[in-house]
Amino acid sequence: MKKLLTAAVLSAALATPALADTTKVGFIYIGPVGDFGWTAGHDRARQELQEHFGDAVETSIVENVDYGADAERVMTQMALSGTDMIFAASFGYGPDVNAVAGRFPDVAFQHATGYIQEHDNISLFDARFYEGRAVLGHIAGKMTETNTIGYIASYPIPAVVSGINSAYLHAKAVNPDVNFRIIWTYSWFDPALEADAAETLIEQGADVIMQHTDSTAAVRVAEDAGVMAFGQASDMTEFGPNAHLSAIVDRWAPYYISRVQALKDGTWEAQNSWMGFAEGIIEMAPWNDRIPAELQEEADGLIAAISAEEYHPFTGPINRQDGTAWLADGEVADDGALATMDFFVEGITAEFPN
Amino acid sequence: MILGSINPAVLMAALMVAATPILLAAIGELVVEKAGVLNLGVEGMMIMGACVGFIVAVNTGSPIMGFIGAALGGIALSLLFALLTQALMTNQVASGLALTLFGLGLTALLGQGYVGITPPRTPKLDLGPLSDIPFLGRALFTHDIVVYLTIALVGAVWWFLKYSRAGMILRAVGENHDAAHALGYHVKRVRVFAIMFGGACAGLGGAYLSLIRVPQWTEGMTVGAGWIALALVVFASWRPWRAMAGAYLFGGVVVLQLNLQAAGVRIPVEYLSMSPYLITILVLVIISSGKGRSLNAPGSLNKPFHASS
Repeated sequence: MKKLLTAAVLSAALATPALADTTKVGFIYIGPVGDFGWTAGHDRARQELQEHFGDAVETSIVENVDYGADAERVMTQMALSGTDMIFAASFGYGPDVNAVAGRFPDVAFQHATGYIQEHDNISLFDARFYEGRAVLGHIAGKMTETNTIGYIASYPIPAVVSGINSAYLHAKAVNPDVNFRIIWTYSWFDPALEADAAETLIEQGADVIMQHTDSTAAVRVAEDAGVMAFGQASDMTEFGPNAHLSAIVDRWAPYYISRVQALKDGTWEAQNSWMGFAEGIIEMAPWNDRIPAELQEEADGLIAAISAEEYHPFTGPINRQDGTAWLADGEVADDGALATMDFFVEGITAEFPN
Repeated sequence: MILGSINPAVLMAALMVAATPILLAAIGELVVEKAGVLNLGVEGMMIMGACVGFIVAVNTGSPIMGFIGAALGGIALSLLFALLTQALMTNQVASGLALTLFGLGLTALLGQGYVGITPPRTPKLDLGPLSDIPFLGRALFTHDIVVYLTIALVGAVWWFLKYSRAGMILRAVGENHDAAHALGYHVKRVRVFAIMFGGACAGLGGAYLSLIRVPQWTEGMTVGAGWIALALVVFASWRPWRAMAGAYLFGGVVVLQLNLQAAGVRIPVEYLSMSPYLITILVLVIISSGKGRSLNAPGSLNKPFHASS
């Protein structure tokens, strides 16, 4: 599959040298476009990009590219075959993007959720998932009847940790008795393990399941057990029409389009963009009808306040888990602290994994 | 520590479910290896079973038809392996690895229209008063029929290998294929049947994931279960009941670590998450270093056989 697509890129490059104003954009994905989660989200955006520009842009994809030598080879081939811009859609491509970018200074690189930026032809971009988690936490805190929320987490990296903290703070704000039970799977995608984790959490009293893993298994288990759940990265309603309350849906398209437009205009330059509700990069899947109208309005209001930057999900006073002060009353967390977050906030009983 | 929230009966019930898919695949591979063939394509045959079983179950509305389809899907892929290794004499390790890659790719294609669909439900077996026994009822007698059939299959394989004539021929082929050939047994025929049995079992294991445990179809959903099944065969030193003990141990550790995490037990979760794999490696080391205790590997394992040689 990889070879075939790369060959398509190469032949396309040979076939269209005359169309100088066609911008070639390559995408490399860590998973299959059919994962119904993270990679599917990026490919949705690629399709929108293609629709937006029509013939003025030519996109190509290579899926299931491993970190390391494989990614470097694929990006090198893309660069050699005249690709103008490369989107590397996973955290772990960092070293590979930087290695290839150093050799091809005329190619614009866009790295999702990365942090390494050694050359001025690399832009980094990420989404403020914690903003969406605040809304999920608020809904979960109000909807739970057992006051127990189960959370299936992947790896203890800042994006996941800030998500747990944000969800907890907002659940706690509307329900002081709320309790989070957290299971780390140390994997982004393992349907059987995620299903087992969901079952375990439900068995231990959770009636709302949140996940920061990519498969749709947990939503399905929640549906069968008659409890509630939130999807991840894409709208997962079809996997649990009753259970699925909502989901944070990634919408990278507006950003992709703006970056390609900038490249066409000659105004592209390296950036580090961290975007949320305000930029339309994340949005919520349609509310499930079982969420009372009043609560839907509250959630919409929360989204509006965050979008308008009237409210920040991490506004003090907030203490760390050990009781030491983190944010003073009214103080707002800065981006640096959020991008490196490595502690739970006060009230979460689970131990933080080191 | 809130250990009180863990219910041991539920834990026991969950571990039986977690162990069933890897046990099915492992018992099949055990027979294949007993016949002297190393098929590393278990993962590929499992995902094939998961996909084909799901497709058949959805289209016929019958989980039983789904499981039959899964077994046939696994057999189809295993026949490809049999063709390569038994007729064309290719390298077994390379063919097995290719089978896994092929299975993962093919099912991604086959299953495209089946994502997001709910398969027909497999009913729990109604065991009447047995399910009402305190503790044991919940732990042992609340499962679907596949869990019990899998245990029965382990017993049947044990009996077949130990007492039946056909089983002894199969073992003879696996221990020394030249001697078996000299005695007039059809080495290749026996091996092809063993490979097909392995394919059917792996397919059933895969279908257990997609039809009962998860239950849905997702590309690449087996995520390494086939490799664990392969390790289990060595772990069990090619003995059926030990394979079952190993599968239940592995399933037990997986389920236990999830429960401990959810209960908020204050021990580092990284170790909990890797514990099933650590324990598997540890037992492998203990077994293979035991003095005076042979590993019990079939003598002709992974050796090609050609009648004229």
